[in-house]
Amino acid sequence: MTTVAPPISTATSRLERVVPPLGGFNLTFLLIELKRSFRNRRTLIFTIIMPIALFLIVGLPLKHVSLTGVPVSKGGLSVAAYVLISMAVYGAMVTSTAGGGAVAVERATGWSRQLRLTPVNPVAYIALKVVATLALGLLAVVATFVAGAICGVSMPLHVWILAGLAAWLGSLVFTALGLFMGYTVPSENVMQFLGPILAILALFGGLFTPLSQFPQLVQDLAKWTPVYGLGEIARLPLLGGTIEWAAVFNVIGWLAIFTIGAALMFRRDTKRV
Amino acid sequence: MTHTSLSTPPRLGAANRNPDCNPPAVAARGLTKNFGKVRAVNGIDLEVQPGEIVAFLGPNGAGKTTTIDMLLGLSRPDSGTVSIYGQSPRSAISHGLVSAVMQTGGLLKDVTVRETVQLTASLFSDSRPINEVLTRAGILDISERLVKKCSGGQQQRLRFAMALLSDPGLLILDEPTTGMDVEGRRDFWSAIREDARSGRTVIFATHYLDEADAYADRIVLVRRGEIVADGSAAEIKNLAAGRVVRASVTGLNQAELAALSGVDSVEFHTDSVLVRTKDSDTVARYLLQRTDAHDLEITSHNLEDAFLALTSDDEVRSVAAGKDNQS
Repeated sequence: MTTVAPPISTATSRLERVVPPLGGFNLTFLLIELKRSFRNRRTLIFTIIMPIALFLIVGLPLKHVSLTGVPVSKGGLSVAAYVLISMAVYGAMVTSTAGGGAVAVERATGWSRQLRLTPVNPVAYIALKVVATLALGLLAVVATFVAGAICGVSMPLHVWILAGLAAWLGSLVFTALGLFMGYTVPSENVMQFLGPILAILALFGGLFTPLSQFPQLVQDLAKWTPVYGLGEIARLPLLGGTIEWAAVFNVIGWLAIFTIGAALMFRRDTKRV
Repeated sequence: MTHTSLSTPPRLGAANRNPDCNPPAVAARGLTKNFGKVRAVNGIDLEVQPGEIVAFLGPNGAGKTTTIDMLLGLSRPDSGTVSIYGQSPRSAISHGLVSAVMQTGGLLKDVTVRETVQLTASLFSDSRPINEVLTRAGILDISERLVKKCSGGQQQRLRFAMALLSDPGLLILDEPTTGMDVEGRRDFWSAIREDARSGRTVIFATHYLDEADAYADRIVLVRRGEIVADGSAAEIKNLAAGRVVRASVTGLNQAELAALSGVDSVEFHTDSVLVRTKDSDTVARYLLQRTDAHDLEITSHNLEDAFLALTSDDEVRSVAAGKDNQS
């Protein structure tokens, strides 16, 4: 033989190998994960195009309609600002649900099984999904806000920041929902049935139109649905007033429910595969 | 005339003693696995020493994949134990001691070949250079291609490249050439064979006899979740070597016939006899000259027959009997 094979470790040196730190969580993995998202046209539609388009259709025509007694021309808040925050929340929550739900695709194609042939720890894998989804959620919020700012929506700086943070971090609830569904549903197209459900939840969360326009019964029921709390908290910086504890408990409660559900389904999944 | 039980097939060769104290690459004992009421694996014992190339040969549904899943810790045996280099499968995987090429699935469609390898490499604490494994697997030239645009053979070689990343001591391949064309199979195996020269331990499951014969040092024949034969290709062939002489006959001296040179086994039925022998001429001459034998037939065996005989339900008992007499 003339070809020289690269040296292969000896049996002893192999036995001295170490397990990767952080269960295999690393930047390369994260970057490839994000690259995959950007190659996926659906992601871009959910994350950027849809919330911006909804804002342009629903919010922009109401730019000069005042939310309070003070006319917009005299520095009053515009209804467009309310819609802008709502759409940022909606974009982030849909993006996050899709991001978490992507595990269904990876289970169906056998990629999660392939990962079990590597040192990656399943918890590190979930953590990676959460971080990658947070990055996309941030993109959704920023893209929507940038579109709003370009269109001339004006809000005090602290409102931009606090409402943005609430929309972004609140989307973790929906990453958990996505993971929960992703580990529960055998289908690859989790979003095909979650999409309409999210739209209905967003409606009950007052994202498309203020809840006060609904009958009292609907308003009472809406307080128990998963988007309600997040919507209230995200709008709080804009509308002012004191924090409503029902909204906080709503967010924490649903986060807990979805996280526990995802954890249980995840455990069932890793046992079975 | 003895009919041996198949539950504990004797290891044919005396080779593969462990000369030093390194743990065996694979030590599996008493593995069983049921799926509902179906017993997929029924008591498999397997020990593979470092450096062996072992074919796990059997028909579809013999329990090969189920066994491999248990060796890799992808599924838990109902009973029995597995250790890989003296560790649990999970620990061996985490330390990069074992890797595997599975039959199907397991690839992301929306990344390139190179990205898939990069991603996998990032999960190991220590891995071979990306270009090296791509070259070894013969896919350096298509490294920028999206996985979904790759042919089945190319995807399989990508799985092989991923398996090489950790430079594992043990490589397990589950029916790696399923669905490949002849050329794809040949290329794939030459890559594996080239790689195995470096001393890697390889276990591959296959239902292609020629693959087992051509690439393995040792063949483990499985049937219905049990190992029915275990030895070199030559030894497996010997199980069914020689010929079978069959004749209708009455009144026969059993001892005399069994004592003829080359006779492995004799089976009597009411009015016929079936003799396995390395020397069919002597048996035929004896039967025709010394008895009232008529309708005499002589048939020969090859590896294909050995495989069929050992893995099908009908003939297995008689071949096992032959094996028993031989060893």
